[in-house]
Amino acid sequence: MNPIVELITKLGDDAFILGHRHSEWTGLGPILEEDIAMSSMAQDKIGHALALYTILHEQFGGPDPDTIGFLRNEKEFRCCHLVEYPNGEYDFTLVRHFLFDHAELLRYQLLRQSTFAPLARFAAKVMGELKYHVLHADSLMQRLALGNEESHARLQASLTEAFPLAAGIFEKSPYEDQLIAEGVFAGEALLQQQWLKEIEQRVQAWDLHLPEAREPLAGLGGRYGYHTPYLQPLLDELTSVFRSEENASW
Amino acid sequence: MVTTHTLSDPTFMTADQVLQALHDVHDPEIPALSIVDLGMIGELIIQGENITVKLIPTFIACPALDWIRHQVKERLKQMGFRKVEVVHDDQTVWTSDRISEEGRRKLQAFGLTPPARNCGRWTEASLAAVTCPHCGSSNTVLRSFFGSTLCRSTHYCNQCRQVFESFKPV
Ligand SMILES: [Zn+2]
Repeated sequence: MNPIVELITKLGDDAFILGHRHSEWTGLGPILEEDIAMSSMAQDKIGHALALYTILHEQFGGPDPDTIGFLRNEKEFRCCHLVEYPNGEYDFTLVRHFLFDHAELLRYQLLRQSTFAPLARFAAKVMGELKYHVLHADSLMQRLALGNEESHARLQASLTEAFPLAAGIFEKSPYEDQLIAEGVFAGEALLQQQWLKEIEQRVQAWDLHLPEAREPLAGLGGRYGYHTPYLQPLLDELTSVFRSEENASW
Repeated sequence: MVTTHTLSDPTFMTADQVLQALHDVHDPEIPALSIVDLGMIGELIIQGENITVKLIPTFIACPALDWIRHQVKERLKQMGFRKVEVVHDDQTVWTSDRISEEGRRKLQAFGLTPPARNCGRWTEASLAAVTCPHCGSSNTVLRSFFGSTLCRSTHYCNQCRQVFESFKPV
């Protein structure tokens, strides 16, 4: 695969899958405002995915964006495991959103300098929207972490579960060295380092703690097409909706 | 902030006339504002009876973009243009700073607080005390970074005790 295609595919797939997970909260949010927030972020993320798939379509002659999103098989997806997990309780959804969106904002900050101009332009645009996702995650995390004993304990439990999986966000691509050498992307290692700093600083302020790394392979494989058992059922559901109205506009 | 090029004489239609006509096209989610007020027109290239319009999309997931593109086309054909091209301006990043002064007044009248001018450097604090569009008080609190459409945040006014929305800075 072309290294830039592989990079854009994983970015698009993360946004696409997490967008659909967020959309599962529509109508079920714990309070109306959270319902609206999750639905808005879902809409943003699916829009980001389609914009990235459009770059693949226009710059690399890939299939049209809907076909990329809805008609590939599981092995062709490059999303990380963290975004595939079911929503679980609201605390898991929130912690995942917090871990993921901090990485996402930092990633696009790096990609603004990309030598691949369409991606640099997309990065400049998407950052304005992602800033709201990060602020939303931070403010809810803070409220619940400093809330009461139960909300603090629940966040801690979800953080202990989700944090090891977040390593998969930064799983290196097979073309990592080439992307860095060509100035397309500064690389997963640098991103992970920047991200950890942001996360640690906040978690400490909220009196939460990051778990010790135990399983070195936790959360890895997604960037190479090896997924959790949760992805295929989600894709089946998306595909069946898409096939039932193949010419509808999304 | 619209770049215009008129490439041949005699001019069939001026850029001002075109902009005037495009004031008839609205984003259905913010009906109070035209796409010109929103700053969505990046460039107009008028070549006799042919025209190319470069549109700058607002929010990436804006559901109305195709509809807007279609409306622009229809409106310009109605004016008598023969060949109308509406393309995506991918060189310009839309920010809320592109909303015109007139657009800001219209938002206010519509009951939606206009976004502060900020060139992308807004902070959480600037959302915490947004002016209430109903009573003008800035004794308000942010209720949510999100609202009933992608471009809005939700606030509460301590003065007149009403929930209101604001067009968010991006
Ligand atoms: Zn008021």
